[in-house]
Amino acid sequence: MVLDVNWAVKWLTLCAQAMAEHRVELIELDRAIGDSDHGENMDRGFQAVLDKLAEAPPATPGAALKLAAMTLMSKVGGAAGPLYGTAFLRAAGTMGDAAEIDPAGWAAAVSAARDGIVARGKAEPGDKTMVDAWAPAADAAKAAADTGGPEVLTVLVAAAEAAEAGAVATDPLVARKGRASYLGERSAGHRDPGAASSALILRAAVGAAA
Amino acid sequence: MTVSIVVVSHSEKIADGAAELAAQMAPDVLVLTAGGTADGRIGTSLEKVLAALDHAAGGDGTVILTDLGSAVMTAESALEFAEDPAGVLLADAPLVEGLVAASVAAQGGADVQAVKRAAEAVRGPSQNSGPPPQREVSEGSVTGQGPDFTGDFELINQAGMHARPAAKIAGGLSALDAEVTVNGVDGASMTALMTLAAGKGSVLHVEARGVDAERAVNYVGGLVQAGFGEP
Repeated sequence: MVLDVNWAVKWLTLCAQAMAEHRVELIELDRAIGDSDHGENMDRGFQAVLDKLAEAPPATPGAALKLAAMTLMSKVGGAAGPLYGTAFLRAAGTMGDAAEIDPAGWAAAVSAARDGIVARGKAEPGDKTMVDAWAPAADAAKAAADTGGPEVLTVLVAAAEAAEAGAVATDPLVARKGRASYLGERSAGHRDPGAASSALILRAAVGAAA
Repeated sequence: MTVSIVVVSHSEKIADGAAELAAQMAPDVLVLTAGGTADGRIGTSLEKVLAALDHAAGGDGTVILTDLGSAVMTAESALEFAEDPAGVLLADAPLVEGLVAASVAAQGGADVQAVKRAAEAVRGPSQNSGPPPQREVSEGSVTGQGPDFTGDFELINQAGMHARPAAKIAGGLSALDAEVTVNGVDGASMTALMTLAAGKGSVLHVEARGVDAERAVNYVGGLVQAGFGEP
């Protein structure tokens, strides 16, 4: 399996499917501690990404992610738009014009995505935000790329599993950033919707390579 | 040429209304809006922000004013996308007050840095650069450097210091190379001047430092003594 432009397009397509399938779940997570628009925003944003991919098929994985970044920033509307947009944009930046992404390349892309989200949202690990999914994912991807040999699927799986565990680990946290932080202690006991959608995105990257 | 301003709001109505308010005080300043999403919902749109920045490009620079958190993020993202973000500054200021102050400064010919400062000055003196003038020094130990020029002017117009006079003073002072205080508040900040609530008969004590200090004191004095052109 190689991570080429076909993989990137399939990844974004599976992201759109995942957002459509989990739309109601994300809305409900967001209703508990936010403004209940996350599921709808993400669904709309990734549907728009599919439209753009069909209009102007990208030539490289980096071009596909850049197109997704631009579209998400324009169409999502809420804070998730610029956050995911920046994540995809920074990840695309690490890929450049490369035709294929190797294990170290995927680890670098996830790290850059995390750094972009941190820079844009000013959140830290433990603030009950999407950083809580991306930070462990970046660490796990790097560790897997450093030790896991040439198999890129291993690195994709490591990132996805770490993101999923990170999202679950937001349940007991008290939010310190974003809309949920207005709730203070009452935000504990609910999963962060952004961390949940982040886990879906990184899981879709595995699905696209399978 | 003047500095242009881009308003990024979650709501198209807020952006348009704020721009309308600014236009009343600063009719010659290009104020562009990026309010709501492309399909008319509440939210912010990178496309709209980029379009506004593109429209504003080529002038003497652009200052962006935003409302809630994700508008800031969208504006920052636009700067990350922009080909040449030099000359585009993001002001950290309340939208309406900051926009009016920035527009007035731009109308007065202030450069892009000064327009941004004017917007941010509305947050109050704690955000102002530099210490306030040393009004009381203990006997025999002068610690602060005194102002280069001072003046005291009595307000003669019926309405005293209201929005339009404050806008005239702040707008003109923004374009001068001088640190000016009026009764202890930043003379380049329209909202700070309004907080003086100085009525007819009140005396404005002006202190100025810097290259244009004398011009600054004369400028304020001229306006006050002419009653700001009001009855």
